[in-house]
Amino acid sequence: MAENGFVREVAHRIFAAELKESNLQAKDGNDQYSPQYLITPTGAKCNRVFIVGTLTEKEDVGTDSEFWRGRIVDPTGAFFVTAGQYQPEAAQVLAKTAPPEFIAVIGKPTTFTTKEGNVLTSIRAESMHVVDAATRDRWVVDAAMHTAKRLEKLAGSEPNAVKAREHYNTNADAYRAMVAQALESMRAR
Amino acid sequence: MKQIAKQIEARFMELGIKVETSEIESFLKKHNVPKSEFFAPRETPLVKVSDVKEDGKWVTVRGKVVQLWEVNQESISQVGLFGDESGTIKFTKWVKAALPTVEEGKNYIFKNVATSEWQGQFSIKLNKTSEIIPVAEEIEVGSTPTEFSGAIVDIQSGSGLIKRCPECNRALVKGACGEHGKVEGIYDLRVKAVMDDGEKVQDILLNREVTEALTGITLEKAKEMATEALDQAVVLDMIKSKLVGRYFVVSGAKLDRFILVDSIKPDVKPIEEEIKRILAASAAPIAQEA
Repeated sequence: MAENGFVREVAHRIFAAELKESNLQAKDGNDQYSPQYLITPTGAKCNRVFIVGTLTEKEDVGTDSEFWRGRIVDPTGAFFVTAGQYQPEAAQVLAKTAPPEFIAVIGKPTTFTTKEGNVLTSIRAESMHVVDAATRDRWVVDAAMHTAKRLEKLAGSEPNAVKAREHYNTNADAYRAMVAQALESMRAR
Repeated sequence: MKQIAKQIEARFMELGIKVETSEIESFLKKHNVPKSEFFAPRETPLVKVSDVKEDGKWVTVRGKVVQLWEVNQESISQVGLFGDESGTIKFTKWVKAALPTVEEGKNYIFKNVATSEWQGQFSIKLNKTSEIIPVAEEIEVGSTPTEFSGAIVDIQSGSGLIKRCPECNRALVKGACGEHGKVEGIYDLRVKAVMDDGEKVQDILLNREVTEALTGITLEKAKEMATEALDQAVVLDMIKSKLVGRYFVVSGAKLDRFILVDSIKPDVKPIEEEIKRILAASAAPIAQEA
């Protein structure tokens, strides 16, 4: 936190394939209000993400009140997005949008550990909006650029890069290939 | 009187003693001498606003009142943005200064104003000893526009169709002005948004003209929408659905944490080149390793 008080968390651009692998939690400070971060394999320390993809499935899994879950696909894989009663605006959008549709999501990455000990990563949507194909394309390029930048720094000495390397033993080449493949998929069309 | 004062001052200067303004003021009070008589309007240097880089200096500036803002303090009569060829600076005119009212878009010389600094931002204050001289000539304001491109990730509350206080132009909260209480507000349209390029966060402010042009919702249409739905929030929802999650390029004057946007366009930079650039850059290290 900066001297002049509250600073908004940046929304990181992360591909689905990378977010799926993310399970390293981090916290600055010890009190219960310290923000929770998720460090990804390429060293993005995120408390908020911005993703754009195709909504392919959605389901209301709530019992008492609505609780929506959606599957959003990008060139590398799928994101799972949730919106419940505390995200009424996002839940509304998910409720009324019929897949398939390009959708932009700004939200908090959350992790859930199953009984078997697997960590599942999903995004709790703060806001969700239907967008056009041009926005989706732009996002893919944006996410590719940021991922490529993080890969460049991954071998360096930045604390997040070091943590990511130690925890995930990240295969940078695999991620480079992912970035390239995502970009190629844009050209193929 | 003036002569005596000057002599005293000269004498002090000779002795190398710096007299604090507050000491002089209390001395004057004791002897019942009006301050304006003692502090002869000294000629302060005419400076460019971009050269205001020190706290507590007396300067004279010549330029245009670019914008007037909502006043939210009783002691302030007017506050806004003053600009000349070199850029813009915030100005504050105290009520106590008893100076004439300035108008947006008009040109003036602000004589004998005090500079001040707060958290690295400079501003000028017009007080009792300051003078406002209207200038007929049109002064070009050199904008040092800031550009930012990224995605809009949030629209803040207080955006959309809002009501302003007819007295002070401040946005009303639940139909009441913080200063003037319950008032019959005037409708306005604005957007306070947050942009984000994946590395930095930038707050932006869109006024009515910019909002209308960008969203295609005019103030009239917004009012109709709100009346029809019996809810002001429909306008905000519509604005959100048109802006959030999309890429834009904005430019405008930077102020505190905001960019006061004069131009906002969807980002339509061709992505093909960007794809090539990233591929080339990330392919290189792989090729080396192979």
